[in-house]
Amino acid sequence: MRGALLGPQQLKVSLGDAVSAIGREGPIALVTCGWQEREDQDEDLPSQLGRKTINLKLYERGEQVLAADKVFAKAHRARQDQLRQIQEFYRLRLERTFDAALAISRKAAGTDLEADELRLSMEQVRRIDQEHLERVSALREAHELQVRPMERPVIAKHREELKKILSNVGILAVAGGHVAVLMNRLRMFGVKDLLNDHALVAWSGGAMVTGERVVLFHESPPEGFGISEVLEQGIGLHSGVLPLPNPRLRLKLDEPLRVGWLSKRYAPDKCVAMDQGDFVQFDGEKWFGEEGTILLKTDGTVGTGWTH
Amino acid sequence: MDPLSELAIEVLKKGPHDGPTIDAFMKSHSFPLVEGGKVTFCFRGQVDGVHLKSWVYGLPNSQPLHHLSDSDLWHLTLDIPPKSRVEYKFEIVRNGNGHWIEDPLNPFRATDPFGANSVVHGEGYSIPEWTQVDPDARPGTLEPWVVKSKAFNDTRGFLVYLPARFRKTRRYPLLFVHDGPDYVRFANLKTVLDNLIHRLEIPDLVVALTGSPNRIGEYADDERHARYVTEEAIPDLEARLPLIGQPRGRCLMGASFGGVASLSTAVRYPGFYGRLLLQSGSFAFSDIGHQNKRGPAFEPVVKFMNRFRENPVLVADKAFISCGMHESLIYENRSLIPMLQTTQLELKYVEARDGHNWENWRDRLREGLSWLFPGPLRMVYE
Repeated sequence: MRGALLGPQQLKVSLGDAVSAIGREGPIALVTCGWQEREDQDEDLPSQLGRKTINLKLYERGEQVLAADKVFAKAHRARQDQLRQIQEFYRLRLERTFDAALAISRKAAGTDLEADELRLSMEQVRRIDQEHLERVSALREAHELQVRPMERPVIAKHREELKKILSNVGILAVAGGHVAVLMNRLRMFGVKDLLNDHALVAWSGGAMVTGERVVLFHESPPEGFGISEVLEQGIGLHSGVLPLPNPRLRLKLDEPLRVGWLSKRYAPDKCVAMDQGDFVQFDGEKWFGEEGTILLKTDGTVGTGWTH
Repeated sequence: MDPLSELAIEVLKKGPHDGPTIDAFMKSHSFPLVEGGKVTFCFRGQVDGVHLKSWVYGLPNSQPLHHLSDSDLWHLTLDIPPKSRVEYKFEIVRNGNGHWIEDPLNPFRATDPFGANSVVHGEGYSIPEWTQVDPDARPGTLEPWVVKSKAFNDTRGFLVYLPARFRKTRRYPLLFVHDGPDYVRFANLKTVLDNLIHRLEIPDLVVALTGSPNRIGEYADDERHARYVTEEAIPDLEARLPLIGQPRGRCLMGASFGGVASLSTAVRYPGFYGRLLLQSGSFAFSDIGHQNKRGPAFEPVVKFMNRFRENPVLVADKAFISCGMHESLIYENRSLIPMLQTTQLELKYVEARDGHNWENWRDRLREGLSWLFPGPLRMVYE
């Protein structure tokens, strides 16, 4: 797949430029379910994208499914509850491990053990991330085996409609919003399997969920110290880059320790910050045209020109 | 403030104290005068004496202002650490009689059920902007609610806050607030909820804003209150509203005696509540016997706290506790923390340079609520 990933679009709109750069003709299918109840407030997007758009209305369709298929709805809620609990336990484990890592790094500072201890701490955090990813994936697979969403009549009917819409467009555009809702709806209707030769334009949360791994991050949240956390595997329409939208609000790029940790923790993926209007393109193998985007490096610095 | 520069009042003291000089001084400053860590309180008038009345634990409750000779100006300079908030009044003495007034030179005032006080903001303190109405934040609604109570053999009415995007198909956490109407009136709780929900810092919450006709009695570890809340009010709310209905979705909150009511209710029903938000709780205790110096209203509190201190048990998963450094209850609250830590409770404890008042409790709401109920901020990337 080829496409473009973009930063937020509220203050600087670059959707039209991204679509032009991809060069694919025809109308665009929209996913705005991350906006939840505001899903249909997409009136600005046709002019911003410079094309006719057709909203897939995945949020509305999802609500219809949950209302019509009570058995599915019950199982869906139960799984969501489990996912929330697992996420909370993972977060607790992560916080304690980070506390330990900080304490050890203070005590080991300046000693021969410093580098080794740092490496061990990082390995522990990466292992916790990986185990969480595997656990969530196993839960999802078990759920799908149990309820077989694609075979349920109400979902199958919506999929047929979606397939028809997607067969008449060349680009799938995924807006940001609530990433868990985006993931749920994209998975509920198996949208990835309905794509053929489509190009992708995804911004902010949309860029995050369409990758291989969804990472939640905010380094100065109101409730205290912000440690990023893995949510789950993404839809997998692009790989190799972990998009970090809106760095001015959410990251502390001037703190080398945080930048270095983030970069090492999610390696080999490249952690790429995308501010308002920034975008980068990909063709399935290479990344290019990264102007404005910022790479977080393992040495704690940031840089541009990372696709060269 | 440059540490070498002289306080404005010291400069004034050196010069002439005639009317025009004082007039010019008053006109060129706002009062109280905040200069670094020093605050100078001033009062102008033909009186026999002026006293600063404040409730800062560790300082005298009453301190005389000094008379600037040959003038009608009274002044007192105190050390007020940065980011402090201090509520106070002046006692004006005329002909041997004193009466209390708000500082006529200070526009800042805080209200509570007993009236109003003047407020001085130490350097670096500002009223948090999330406590003020944000026109972009969609307001939630307040719905009347009535519960028949067998525990009290009467009918209890209160208000229920529903978030702006309330939907019957969703499930919400429940925050059960003691002294709810006072929290709304004096701590801007409704505005705070609207704003924090709008900013995604807390999730959509349903909030029961309850009160009591006899809070001093009912909030002091009264078995009937715990039964009313746990077996009557909350089941009724969970039956008629789309609530999570599990410990992680139930939070008890209260300040002062409301904090005692929250803790004692959770102690009586371990495992039922998952979250506690306790502000300046009146957690009086004694190490020997049940004597206390705070008066008869505290007797049941002391008995409860002494029992709890003997056998601290895990009563919730998470608790946020805050207290003002300027209030005498700081001792009791600080004492509670290590004890709760032994129960494996996930705990966050915060102290503020403030007193036993509603604006202190208001200013801690963001940190407390967002810690107990982290919002979708981490989930939403527009």
